[in-house]
Amino acid sequence: MREGDFLTRNIAGFTLALEHIVLTEDLSHAAGLLQGLDARVKVLTLPLFIVIVGLARDFPVLIAVFIMALALALLSKVPAAVFLKRLLIFIPIFTAVIAIPALFITPGDPLVTASGRTVITVQGARSAGLLVMRVVDSLSLGLLLIFTTPWNKLLAALRWFHLPSIVIDILGMTYRYIFLLLHTANSMFLSRQSRTVGRFTGAENRRWLGRAVATVMVKSQYLSEEVYLAMLSRGYQGEIYTLSSLALRRRDFIWIAFALAAAAFMIWSIYQ
Amino acid sequence: MNSANNSFIYEARDLDYHYPGGIVALKQICFNIKEGELVALVGANGCGKSTLLKLLDGLLFPSSGELLAFGAKLSEKVLETGNLAAEFRRRVGLVFQDPDVQLFSPTVWDEVTFGPLQLGISRDEIVSRANESLELLNITELKERPPYLLSGGEKKKVSLACVLSMRPQVLLLDEPTTGLDPWSQGNLIDFLLQWAGKDKALVFSTQDLDVVEEVATRIIVMGAGHDIVADGRPDHFLSDSDFLLRHNLVHEHSHRHKELVHRHPHLHEHRHEH
Repeated sequence: MREGDFLTRNIAGFTLALEHIVLTEDLSHAAGLLQGLDARVKVLTLPLFIVIVGLARDFPVLIAVFIMALALALLSKVPAAVFLKRLLIFIPIFTAVIAIPALFITPGDPLVTASGRTVITVQGARSAGLLVMRVVDSLSLGLLLIFTTPWNKLLAALRWFHLPSIVIDILGMTYRYIFLLLHTANSMFLSRQSRTVGRFTGAENRRWLGRAVATVMVKSQYLSEEVYLAMLSRGYQGEIYTLSSLALRRRDFIWIAFALAAAAFMIWSIYQ
Repeated sequence: MNSANNSFIYEARDLDYHYPGGIVALKQICFNIKEGELVALVGANGCGKSTLLKLLDGLLFPSSGELLAFGAKLSEKVLETGNLAAEFRRRVGLVFQDPDVQLFSPTVWDEVTFGPLQLGISRDEIVSRANESLELLNITELKERPPYLLSGGEKKKVSLACVLSMRPQVLLLDEPTTGLDPWSQGNLIDFLLQWAGKDKALVFSTQDLDVVEEVATRIIVMGAGHDIVADGRPDHFLSDSDFLLRHNLVHEHSHRHKELVHRHPHLHEHRHEH
């Protein structure tokens, strides 16, 4: 591995991760359709469609959900390119794990044959297609929730649904400090790049990477101790209380009505 | 925790503090701090200023010696008891040196309301206090922003706002002007001087002797031995260049005056027109 590649790739990776966080934050505050809804309503209704996706046994409903998700993304000012790109990052992982085996192990009528043997069956291709579509739909709905809901509102909604406080607090702080630790790691790589002349071997790079990971871990441990003291200093006694600013408005009820009607129609079309 | 009969807020008697492994951070620290005092803690890096501030905030406890706050001994046991802890936390606020440590909530608004919420104050009062603190520091427009998207100076101001929303009687600041541009530094000094009052106390650590001169009514100098080497009026020590040199508070170094580069102990004396 060339030194320039190693450092440049890692720095580019950190920068991209930081850009993703900033972009998500900006999108969640855009003046779009879903951004205008109460976080609790989104936490309740978007997963409802994920359940429907799980129940669907044919393509029309799955395609309808995807078209709906894409339309919602556009109405929520999430650029289609950003939405689809983020979707494409995850799909290959799930496809490789779930759909590809289904393609080869499902018995049925031959679709692709090689040396006189059936390699892929029609039923196998259909199962794989359904699995991929389910993944695409579920991820789309999840991404919509993340893209259009500020992190603090999402946590407030989860708190409202009585998700254990400790889980929400850990989620909140993890998100907050990942950004800081990414910055730290990025600075370490930039600092090394600024002092690098010539090339290092792969083994040297791996050793340095190991030390860098250890340093970030030690820093994160120190940070966690200091953060705990800072919390104690401001009255923390084991439970975080928050000032909830969630409020249902007319548009939330209209959305709930639409979501329930769409969900009922989809369920009817699945079981008819 | 009783209100002190005398006007002492803190009484430190022979405080020692050792970090795990026996590393000495503070040695034989003795002082009293009264209401109305503006105390600057100065000393070279690593002399124990931040540790002392954490002791004054009841986050660390002395290895030996005794620290009284508002007339009561500060101990882990005292601060474990709900009401006493809440009362102490309400009266004392610490702004950490690194604002990233202090800003752990998802947004600035969550951060500013965090302290009052933990103290069980009414919702209306919390909203009013939080808005007032943000306005005081002129950062209302940052309300909905997540802390990681703030500049260094903004983070410092938010750190201060989230302590001020608890309306503390004692403000402990760890290097408050570090990393601030001259304009923000000036604003902070103005703010601190306005905030100070007869029943309040300010204890701040700093390396900046100009800030000491402008804000403090008292200076406590800590030495390399992690002990107090001087305690008194700032003007008494700040004009003693031998003392400042001896305790690494100023240094002799080369520097430029227009075309002339020369070397001498570097003291800044200001002339103001009133």
